[in-house]
Amino acid sequence: MTNLEHIGAYFNMLGQVFKKPQKWKVFWELLFREIDDLGLKSLGIVTFIAFFVGGVIAIQTALNVDSPFIPKYLIGFATKRSMILEFAPTFMSVILAGKVGSYITSSIGTMRVTEQIDALEIMGINSLNYLVLPKVIAVLLFYPILVILAMFLGIFGGWVAGILTDLFFTEDYIMGIQLEFNPYFVKYAIIKTLVFAFVIVTVASYHGHNVRGGALEVGRASTKAVVWTSVVIILLNYFLTQMLLG
Amino acid sequence: MLEIKNLHKSFGDAHILKGISATFEKGETSLVIGQSGSGKTVFLKCMLGLHTPEEGIIDFDGRIFNGLKENEKRQIRKEIGMVFQGSALYDSMTVEENVMFPLKMFTNKIKQEMLERVNFVLNRVNLHNTNHMYPSELSGGMKKRVAIARAIVMNPKYLFCDEPNSGLDPQTAIVIDNLIREITQEYNITTVINSHDMNSVMEIGDKIVFLKDGLKAWEGTKNDIFKTENEAIVDFVYSSNLYKKVREALLKGQ
Repeated sequence: MTNLEHIGAYFNMLGQVFKKPQKWKVFWELLFREIDDLGLKSLGIVTFIAFFVGGVIAIQTALNVDSPFIPKYLIGFATKRSMILEFAPTFMSVILAGKVGSYITSSIGTMRVTEQIDALEIMGINSLNYLVLPKVIAVLLFYPILVILAMFLGIFGGWVAGILTDLFFTEDYIMGIQLEFNPYFVKYAIIKTLVFAFVIVTVASYHGHNVRGGALEVGRASTKAVVWTSVVIILLNYFLTQMLLG
Repeated sequence: MLEIKNLHKSFGDAHILKGISATFEKGETSLVIGQSGSGKTVFLKCMLGLHTPEEGIIDFDGRIFNGLKENEKRQIRKEIGMVFQGSALYDSMTVEENVMFPLKMFTNKIKQEMLERVNFVLNRVNLHNTNHMYPSELSGGMKKRVAIARAIVMNPKYLFCDEPNSGLDPQTAIVIDNLIREITQEYNITTVINSHDMNSVMEIGDKIVFLKDGLKAWEGTKNDIFKTENEAIVDFVYSSNLYKKVREALLKGQ
């Protein structure tokens, strides 16, 4: 298949995904399971990365702007802006593309090669709607929460780093994070997160659903899914930034 | 009754099915046999709607399957039970959940009613105390039984089995074959089995359709096999020395 055919097949897949669930009761059950699998189980990695990335941004800023003409509150300000605008929505999405994307591709791909998807289709179940829709809704509901949490933890991590290294004072840092707070930036971050979350689930599901062969192909599809998801996220990040802030 | 007329299917330049016609009757266990690469699996997948044939008719009791809209096809699919070669049980579900799955999706029964039905079919396939086990904890034969239980839980009109006893020891294979035949007769189902196992043919084949190179090369009952002079089926069946000796003995009238 050419890349253009893949894009066409991807949009055809979306047409199958966004249909009314065949049984609402089953859909709700699956939705809660997916929130647990794709959302709650990502809390640990998001917490860990956001905290340390926030710390590193604060340390880097402190070490690189040590001129007496630049106020120390700039460290808090830079940490807050970096976390809210880029690190929480984009960096976290690339991390989740690796963790959640590969999980989705390998689980759906394994179902494909072991004929479990054929079993669904033969029963008269729309396999894309059954498998992918709950995942899409789950991440759209939960990822904004994860990203807001990452913002707070990153900023908190920056403050902890300051305390531990004595590179700046708490008062300066707090003044910096309160300075010129623009709620639109949070909205912008959430819009980006929603788009990226959609991309993570649908691109990964597309690769999983189209696996042909065996275990080796499932592995290859997972790698491909992570690469393509990351590429699409980075490209969309550029366009969304231009559209929403430019 | 399931009637197939002039079925053609190609993948690129490879013409896999070259105009196959066959009729499968209710209450009969029909076997589609042939060597690997003869088109058996593609034939089965066309009947199930997993492949779309370029030409031909698939007629489920007067309903032309390949002429229907997707939602009408789904209606027929609810009347189909399928036992896959690798069982295709859902790994994340227990035996009970696997068998209950079609009931959950397509009926409005309460949990207790569903559970009663699940226990009934699990007993029917002689599986006891396995409700809460996962597929990974079951033997190959047990997985096949669960797959059969899942296939019949909705009282299907048509049962398809793709190599139901592949990977099983001969004793278990006979048990699975007999189970399928009993269920076919008990519920008056149209059963089509894809196989290349001669023991199954001799054990349960009410009707046999032999495919070779994408064409129907022979059709008959298990009793006809020993009498036929058709070269294609003779070559296939008597590739085993055991059956060669049986045939020689039969022809000598011993």
